[in-house]
Amino acid sequence: MNHETTSILLAGVGGQGILLASEICAKAAAFAGFDVKTNEVHGMAQRGGSVIGQLRYGKRVYSPLVSKGEATVLMSLERIEALRFADYLKPDGLAVVNSQIIVPVTVSSGGAVYPENAEEMLRKTFKRLIYLDANQIALELGNPKCANVVLLGALATALHNLSDAIWQQAIRECVKPQFVDLNLKAFQIGRNTDIC
Amino acid sequence: MKHLLSGNEAFARGLYEAGCTLAVGYPGTPSTEILENVAKSYKSDVRCEWAPNEKVALEVAAGAAMAGARTVVTMKHVGLNVAMDPLMTLTETGTPGGFVLIVADDPGMHSSQNEQDTRMLARFAKVPVFEPSDSAEAKDFLKKAFVISEKYNTPVILRSNTRVSHSRSMVTFEERVVPERPIGFEKNPRQFVVLPMNARRLHPEQEARVLKMEKEGSVLRGRNAWHLNKIDEGTKKLGIITESVAYQYVKEAFPEASVLKLGCAYPVPRKLIEDFCKSVRKVLVVEELEDFTELNVKAMGLKCEGKSVIPRCGELSSDILREARAKLEGKKYVPAKHCKAKISEPLPMRPPTLCAGCPHRGVFYALTKIDCDVTGDIGCYTLGYMPPLSKMDTVICMGAGVSMAHGMSQTGQKRPVVGIVGDSTFFHSGITGVLNVAWNKAKATIVVLDNRITAMTGHQDNPGTGLTLMGEETVAASIEEICKACGIKNVAVVDPLNYVETLDALKKATSSDEPWVVISRSPCVLKQRRRTGPVRRIDATRCKACKACLALGCPSIEFTGGKPHINALVCNGCSLCTQVCKFNAIEEEVQP
Repeated sequence: MNHETTSILLAGVGGQGILLASEICAKAAAFAGFDVKTNEVHGMAQRGGSVIGQLRYGKRVYSPLVSKGEATVLMSLERIEALRFADYLKPDGLAVVNSQIIVPVTVSSGGAVYPENAEEMLRKTFKRLIYLDANQIALELGNPKCANVVLLGALATALHNLSDAIWQQAIRECVKPQFVDLNLKAFQIGRNTDIC
Repeated sequence: MKHLLSGNEAFARGLYEAGCTLAVGYPGTPSTEILENVAKSYKSDVRCEWAPNEKVALEVAAGAAMAGARTVVTMKHVGLNVAMDPLMTLTETGTPGGFVLIVADDPGMHSSQNEQDTRMLARFAKVPVFEPSDSAEAKDFLKKAFVISEKYNTPVILRSNTRVSHSRSMVTFEERVVPERPIGFEKNPRQFVVLPMNARRLHPEQEARVLKMEKEGSVLRGRNAWHLNKIDEGTKKLGIITESVAYQYVKEAFPEASVLKLGCAYPVPRKLIEDFCKSVRKVLVVEELEDFTELNVKAMGLKCEGKSVIPRCGELSSDILREARAKLEGKKYVPAKHCKAKISEPLPMRPPTLCAGCPHRGVFYALTKIDCDVTGDIGCYTLGYMPPLSKMDTVICMGAGVSMAHGMSQTGQKRPVVGIVGDSTFFHSGITGVLNVAWNKAKATIVVLDNRITAMTGHQDNPGTGLTLMGEETVAASIEEICKACGIKNVAVVDPLNYVETLDALKKATSSDEPWVVISRSPCVLKQRRRTGPVRRIDATRCKACKACLALGCPSIEFTGGKPHINALVCNGCSLCTQVCKFNAIEEEVQP
């Protein structure tokens, strides 16, 4: 067992479902025999604001919070949220970014601008980037709600100490029985994605 | 087998295992999920109830503990202010059944209006305060709190915080053990009736109890030790005294240091602290918020560093402690190498906002059409402060929306005053304010935003919803009847998603010389989980881009390419935009 602590940062917008992604990830790490700590956001921040979920696992984990430059993977459910939390990623860490755009109310009310060249900024920022339209993939699978699990599959490519069997076990534990097959498929599609 | 639990789930498990039979509280982030988890997993063994406010919750629990039951009360830090009155005297009488108060602080103010440190109030009330640093300790310390409470005849505070309550870590389950003690109140008026003649005898007893706990809580090992404090032996060059989640950060930023981890900050384990300080060359106290322990160390004539390098505002983290370490050692802090966003323009901010379809929007939008001052309150609707609505001028605490409107209106100022309060907040501490508005003839308009639920904290039932925390059907209190009984003659009920009706009612109320209550009644859309009506679309040919719809601040309306557009995935179909459009450009989406 690797003695280093692995840190993961999940970013998105309140209500996007960071919690389920974080739960699956935490279960996988626990099944693999690691000590695990996670942190999640409740309350005010959930009403459409920027939110993060933090997860750390290893032989013995102290802080539940990810330090700057510590995350092995940064997964973002929304395009520009990845840029907002880039500081947490190791210089050579992997960014998994959903191309979805959620326009903040500061933009829709005319007070700010949503960057048009967000993709270009992502490619400049992250040396290793998996950039995909998880919502479209999920829609093609028949259920838009499994977009998070597609991204989780892509995230798994950076975590060499968690096997596919462990991930599958965690997904089975966390989703309702009727959605297990769908989510396993969604995970596999993400898992087969290359840096792109 | 170990379970991955949040701190709040672990508290729920702990009170179950401890044989607690009644758990009471008032919702407040980050404490809310403790009772929700009791209701979800343990309600066949533990009765659980939301109370209208924290003072009532604490008194309900006091009654139960006086009848011999093990009871728990939960609240957030500011809730303890409301409950201080009964607590200050309950600490004199004590209770036969164990009495544990879980208070969750919010350093960093993730979802709160201030950063008060519950340890200060624990000392004020002379109550032991225990501080778990993760989920396993949350469960363990809760069980120990019952033992200490019963042994010393005192309430015990368990101080959590946002990171302890909302972080998940591993917990081992144990069996539930209910203490063998007959349930039923045993009369003892000399102990439980705090007439001065009794209180004068009880106070010295309380002081003696604190000294006894100070001494016995200082014992680190052995059969009689409390096993809340511990020492991690390390280098003798630096000893750190710390508590709660700060301990976790200390272990990462000062891995080599000797650490005294205080699980019990008060009564101060003086002997333990003194021995530890004398065993190391230099002492640093690492604590979030106040310099509670640092002052205790210094008052004992011992030297230490603390707030000279550790911030007093906000929460701590491993990085903040690494920076403090550099300062302590007189070195320049070099942060770890990290990825840096290469952005050509600043990212737009993404603050929280009222949801698409939120009925509160109807009231705030109507208020933008009236020149008035708005005293606000605590809830989702505090987001009425955000632009473009910007219709909340003051927010202090629960209930102040009502009483401050009263006061402001009594100054003779020209602008009318509107006090805003939510349904749960109305029941919490708004009713007495309304009673006062009627009694003292305040020329104020009180708006009760009745969305039929306690929304901000995640949809808890309240006295108006007709359901208990256990899921039982019950009476639903009527806000309009309560207001009328308080003496308010002018009570109007409006549908906030009907713009004209809402504006008319507010105009009538704010131009009146008499007190008014306007009840805005429409359910929380996040709770409904379905659309209010058909999704809207904007007809580009009729739209003149006047931006009137943007003034609603609805997250579904996006302004791109010089025209507003409605994001059909976000739109809730509330129809407010259709009503405010002067060019009839917003219509129902026709399903293909």
